[in-house]
Amino acid sequence: MTLLVTVSSFGIGAIVGIPLMLGLRSNYPPIRAVFRVIVDLIRGVPTIVWLFLLYFGVTFGHLRLSSLSAAIAGLGIISSAYLAEIYRGGFATLARGQIEASHALGLNRTTTFIRVLAPQALRTSLPSLTTFLLALLKDSSIASTIGVTEMVFSATTFSRQNPGTAGLTPFFIAAGVYVVVSVPLAVVARRLDSRLRRNH
Amino acid sequence: MDLVQYLPQLGQGLLVSLQLTAISVVFGYAVGLLLALGVSSQLPWLKWPTLVIVEVGRGIPSLVVLYVVYYGLPSIGLLFDNFAAAAIGLTFTVAAYSSEMLRAGIQSVHRGQNEAAMALGLPQTSTFTRIILPQGLRSSIPALMGLAIQSFQGTSLAYSISVSELMSNAYQSSSITFQYLQIYAITGLVFAAIAVPSTWTSVWVEHRLAKGFA
Repeated sequence: MTLLVTVSSFGIGAIVGIPLMLGLRSNYPPIRAVFRVIVDLIRGVPTIVWLFLLYFGVTFGHLRLSSLSAAIAGLGIISSAYLAEIYRGGFATLARGQIEASHALGLNRTTTFIRVLAPQALRTSLPSLTTFLLALLKDSSIASTIGVTEMVFSATTFSRQNPGTAGLTPFFIAAGVYVVVSVPLAVVARRLDSRLRRNH
Repeated sequence: MDLVQYLPQLGQGLLVSLQLTAISVVFGYAVGLLLALGVSSQLPWLKWPTLVIVEVGRGIPSLVVLYVVYYGLPSIGLLFDNFAAAAIGLTFTVAAYSSEMLRAGIQSVHRGQNEAAMALGLPQTSTFTRIILPQGLRSSIPALMGLAIQSFQGTSLAYSISVSELMSNAYQSSSITFQYLQIYAITGLVFAAIAVPSTWTSVWVEHRLAKGFA
């Protein structure tokens, strides 16, 4: 469940982040300002507040979001804002010459963007993307507060059912799993980062 | 609208959140500096244990840290009230994260500084405290400011161990009034109203510092 929440909200963020990033990079200052406010507002509100807002606050008539969909939606919204910012950072590092060279070659703007700029930007933002994925993995634990039965929720339940014997153990196991998942990912991220640096 | 009568409660919660932030940032950065020194130490018996503490602190979600301190530690005889548990848990997380930032800052100081100090005959301790450390701290300021903002947002997790900070006061008010959407929207805006301007400030400071170095 932990992985399901992490992966699906990262997926949402990776897609929704693209239009947000385009808004942040718009040539029209008003559009840019609006998107800047949206992204900063999303990032300014803590995860747990987003989850409670969506889980308790949003109703469709008598229907409410299930805890799982509220968690995925909430973390998805947050990921979109963070990933938009990461993508933007990636594009910001590209040399202007790339755009000018593509113009000189007669590529139109869409092709320039998709075939020339985007692949390079993605490469430079890869380390930040993996860092964010790790942070998201840990933030998915917050979904336990609205009753998603992910790892921390299970640990808490088990520990309450066996108050005498269990004590710390379930939490240490959960903690261990987080470390076991995140440390190899971090190592891969570091390798990838140093390899990309070498190429430049 | 009877929402207004719950605003003082949210205000009180905000004060508790800010207290928690202040405590975890001040102590967290102090402990973080010690951890950073430990990790960059050349003595293996000092280096490896601190490295493990740092990686564990960064690898575990801070929600789990809070649960371990509040629900877990009593089983080995350490009992804290919920505010103290939240302060300890958040401090630990902040310490682990800040130690890596401080270490990066200290390592970014040019080697030549060290060599120049040696050539001037400064002893190692004062080379570190008067030359390397001030410059290292300076270059880690932007990262540390970002972390402070994050830890302000992170105090909302203390709700889960029933510290009466902003989030749990919001939860109480909303479960009395059933106006979930309005109350959480206000709560979110309160958090954003503090976090967003702080973020802008930290970006501004970063630009200033970058200019100072150039």
